[in-house]
Amino acid sequence: MMRMIRPMLMPHRLALIGLAVALVVWCALTLRWDWLPKYLPLAMEGLWRTVWLLAASTFLGFLLAVPLGFAQAVGPWYLSTPARVFCTLIRGTPLLLQIWLLYYGLGSVFPQIDGIRDSVLWPYLRQAWPYALLALTLSFAGYEGEVMRGAFAGVNRGQLEAARSFGMPRFTLFRRIWLPQAINNVLPTLGGETILQLKATPLVATITVVEIFAVSSRVRQDTFVIYEPLLLLALVYMVIAGLIALAFRWLENRVPTRRPGN
Amino acid sequence: MTATQELTPAAGAASDLAGTLLIEDLHKSFGDLEVLKGVSLTANRGDVIAIIGGSGSGKSTMLRCINFLETPSSGRIVIGGEEIRMRADGTAADRKQLERVRTRLAMVFQSFNLWTHRTLLENVIEVPVHVLKVPRAQAIEKARALLARVGLAEKEDTYPLFLSGGQQQRAAIARALAVDPAVMLFDEPTSALDPELVGEVLGVMRDLAAEGRTMLVVTHEMNFAREVADHVVYLYQGRIEEQGPPDQIFGNPQSERLKQFLKSIN
Repeated sequence: MMRMIRPMLMPHRLALIGLAVALVVWCALTLRWDWLPKYLPLAMEGLWRTVWLLAASTFLGFLLAVPLGFAQAVGPWYLSTPARVFCTLIRGTPLLLQIWLLYYGLGSVFPQIDGIRDSVLWPYLRQAWPYALLALTLSFAGYEGEVMRGAFAGVNRGQLEAARSFGMPRFTLFRRIWLPQAINNVLPTLGGETILQLKATPLVATITVVEIFAVSSRVRQDTFVIYEPLLLLALVYMVIAGLIALAFRWLENRVPTRRPGN
Repeated sequence: MTATQELTPAAGAASDLAGTLLIEDLHKSFGDLEVLKGVSLTANRGDVIAIIGGSGSGKSTMLRCINFLETPSSGRIVIGGEEIRMRADGTAADRKQLERVRTRLAMVFQSFNLWTHRTLLENVIEVPVHVLKVPRAQAIEKARALLARVGLAEKEDTYPLFLSGGQQQRAAIARALAVDPAVMLFDEPTSALDPELVGEVLGVMRDLAAEGRTMLVVTHEMNFAREVADHVVYLYQGRIEEQGPPDQIFGNPQSERLKQFLKSIN
């Protein structure tokens, strides 16, 4: 813990921290915040939705990215080609377009299918968030599939050979050696991509999912207060991004795979 | 092809065949390049066989064909009386069998190949726990003893990349010993080490030879081959050019090429 705190106490850092605190105090005292109590419950709901969408879409997206990356790295052509096509399509089109295609496209096809309105799925299919989650998940899978391709290909062959030479079955080898090494290799990248994913979540506000960005728009429309909700919104995203960065730094330091100083 | 000898692993381990190795007419081509042109070799239990030869002679390829890290093109490989079943193209016909046989062979690599995301102790217990299904506590106890034996008792919680090459190779030997291998394969175990670290690894290998383990050692360390091996094999362009006891190979070489080779490395 001290290792993380001590660098904060350098003089120039103290000066910057002081400046930031002064800015926050100035904002708090001089700007308009009277709308805040009224919208706080909605904001918390929106914040929860943002965090939840981020967590679920990165988790599910990563689960998809592992086979997508592995297929591209070492799979036979009939697996690697579809995986590559999928990643190329996802990475080659705007996320906003993907969200709208799924919501307005898929979302309008479903009601026309016979019997779907009576099925247990209908209460979900008529809402917006499943389409938002699906689009964000597929997008994350597409980008991370590409990252994992490189990660799997970059694992030291010798270490895989060692496992093979001891008679380690293929799935055990994947689970115990190949996958953990691949993830270790790209943890810094994954951290950055998760923060990018956070900043992609406001797009789902366009299909009526009320996450934190949509709440700030609501405040602006209702009260004509423009800058304050946006400033608070920026702060919220920065705090979440900071927490993600800290979490990934902790993960990176857990397994020192690099020599000290290298 | 002769009738296949086959025994269950348990019977193999208990019988006289445990720790034996038979290679018959082994061929290996990479595309048009024939690297092994029919190599045959027998190791009895407790034999220490040194395999020497110039670069490109096929000595590492031969070792790697034994556990199918390289797929042989043709030939027979029999370990502890159990022949590894091969298809016509040389690939292993039965993956389960190959995996089972591999657990009785342990390889030590030139570049150590320790798993860098795990500590030394985790490296040593990895195969016993996750492949051989030994209870974890038992595997840890044995791993500690093995690490102590190779002089790394204090390093069990260290990650491999924080160690010297010599320490990593000794840890790799501990990892190999953790599976109680019937046959140990050493692929140029000291070639990647700084000269001052070679001795510590050879010292550990000397002890293993003295306790009667079957070892195949591809090496450039002629002193080790001379002093420790029971049998020396000289490979030249994919064939065994000459083989025999070390006194004969080093003291009275017959073939012109072996004479040349020995002269060139001294």
